[in-house]
Amino acid sequence: MALPGDNLLEVEDLRVSFATESGVAKVLDGVNLTIRPGEIMGLVGESGCGKTTLANAILGILARNARHEAGTIRFGGEDLLAMPRRRIEDEVRGRRITFIPQDPYGSFNPLFPIGTQTMEVMKWKSPHRAAGEGRGVAGFFSRYPRARRRSDAAAVSQMLRAVQIPDRDAAFVKLPHEFSGGQRQRLMIALALLPQPQLVIADEPTTALDVTIQVQILKLLKQLAKKSGVSVLFTTHDLGTAYEICDRITVMYAGQEVETAPVDDFFRRPHHPYTVRLLESLPRPGRELREIGGEIPGLISPPAGCRFHPRCARATDVCRAERPPVAALGGGHEVRCYHPIAEATPA
Amino acid sequence: MSDAPILQVDTLSRHFPVRNMLGWKTGAVRALDGVSFEVRSGETLGIVGESGCGKSTLGKALVGIHPPGGGRIVFEGKDITGQSANERRAVAPKLQYCYQDPGNSLDPRWTVRRSLAEPLVVHTALTPSDRNARIAKIMQQVGLPLTHLDLYPHELSGGQQRRVGLARILTLHPRLVVLDEPTSGLDVSVQASVLMLLRELQRAFSLTYLFISHDLSVVRMMCDRVAVMYLGRIVELAPTETLFAAAKHPYSQSLLSAIPDIGGRRVTDTFTLEGEPPDPARPPSGCRFRTRCPRAAPVCAETDPALRPITPAQSAACVFA
Repeated sequence: MALPGDNLLEVEDLRVSFATESGVAKVLDGVNLTIRPGEIMGLVGESGCGKTTLANAILGILARNARHEAGTIRFGGEDLLAMPRRRIEDEVRGRRITFIPQDPYGSFNPLFPIGTQTMEVMKWKSPHRAAGEGRGVAGFFSRYPRARRRSDAAAVSQMLRAVQIPDRDAAFVKLPHEFSGGQRQRLMIALALLPQPQLVIADEPTTALDVTIQVQILKLLKQLAKKSGVSVLFTTHDLGTAYEICDRITVMYAGQEVETAPVDDFFRRPHHPYTVRLLESLPRPGRELREIGGEIPGLISPPAGCRFHPRCARATDVCRAERPPVAALGGGHEVRCYHPIAEATPA
Repeated sequence: MSDAPILQVDTLSRHFPVRNMLGWKTGAVRALDGVSFEVRSGETLGIVGESGCGKSTLGKALVGIHPPGGGRIVFEGKDITGQSANERRAVAPKLQYCYQDPGNSLDPRWTVRRSLAEPLVVHTALTPSDRNARIAKIMQQVGLPLTHLDLYPHELSGGQQRRVGLARILTLHPRLVVLDEPTSGLDVSVQASVLMLLRELQRAFSLTYLFISHDLSVVRMMCDRVAVMYLGRIVELAPTETLFAAAKHPYSQSLLSAIPDIGGRRVTDTFTLEGEPPDPARPPSGCRFRTRCPRAAPVCAETDPALRPITPAQSAACVFA
């Protein structure tokens, strides 16, 4: 497929707001994000910064009270926001873009065995399913062609082995609660990769797990993603996790992206004051903790200009007036700040 | 920090029964299985381990939320195991427990003021005006504005809720505080300010902390000594610096190797521990870690290694340590 500018996904100036009881919350306010084919893109930010909203917007599963104000999400050259719903359901969501949820405990139906749930996904989202299959009469009876079922089942076995659940038949008859959290997350990874997508959106997939299991899952996800060449959008609030798995990182603050850089450059030479303060608030040996000070602004009436300015020591009048433009610093490092920290302490 | 132990715990155990559909007891989860250690006055002792290792049960057993099934707890030289509720009341203000999730442990229909007043009503004989003075003082010490006194828990941010949770405990002037995952679920920037507050309060109130956490980088920053737990047992106990420099137990070593080292090597490239912790209702024979241990040998299935001193300061429960 021809990909303009070599990007698989381009989010441009996306604005999404939510109507709430106390007013309109501008949760995404001009977000830009790109994902190249085959890369693991980290979307880092604190809770409430809009990273989950962005992930949901790409998947087209925003809540009812959400409103798309402006901007585009171009995936493989096409604007997802302008695509007919039917096509999104048929070709994109769950097929070319899949999802790994944060909570492996609540994401399976507790009443059905894993096998039923896996084959249900394959029935509709298998890469071998023809585009129009299952419409009309066949759709009414919701038929699963036998030949495809057999080949899909073989693909499932192979994928389960890849996520280190070797015995498919034993796994298929078990209910979700019979698996540990780590195993359930392995199953989720399998389900996300089975449709052979181009992009997997992983929303904090390791937050609910123990440290040793967390590393195992990260290792698995990284290895499988690199092997199959799929792109991953990995949202996390944990900079350590992002360092482990990502190729590039975008930091979001209060609904806007503030800095984007390749991972090593990001940790060695952070330029945005928020990124620097965020790195300083990580507990690390031989360093004093520093808090950022102040609180994350409310999104109903956010500060004008750069949204970080009320907490920023370097803020001047221009920061209060207008959002800084993107400054390219070379090597793919981009920062949105009028007064970037030139020589930050290396991380 | 003085060397006098403020708390001595001796072979503490707590088993939870496993029942079948008819309510018959078919087994037991050994959440705590013979745990012994000492906490010195003024220190911060870290308890680390993965979920299900019994670290929260330990904290709850100490303050009497889960009465221990066996063993002894000696607090300030007095045996407090098996005390009646009345006797306990004298100890309670000095030995306090800070809940993991203050968002859920604060009464949603009580204002902050009322939540803060409750412990004073229960444990002190202060007049209402003295109570208010005390509440105002503690609010200032935990860094909350007095205007927040009339707010409800849902109107506070996660970091502020933790501050209220702490204020509630500290207003009784405890000697030992059990902090159960004090920073879990917080963003790093909020976590940093909560950790700084905890240190400040420790100095101001000369507190002793039992710091329960699964986050090793936080433990490294906060604790003087660390106990590593696995399936209801302490497998290693050592001063923080010693543990991070030279852990003796293979489980501690694996746990340490899972900490992301930003700027260094990727942990995902070097980490080797396989598998998940076994079911605590059916622990393996011998050493409980042997099913995942990279150094396991036949002897590990037969002998159950006890926690023994390797050096005067460091002890580990491994036959190879």
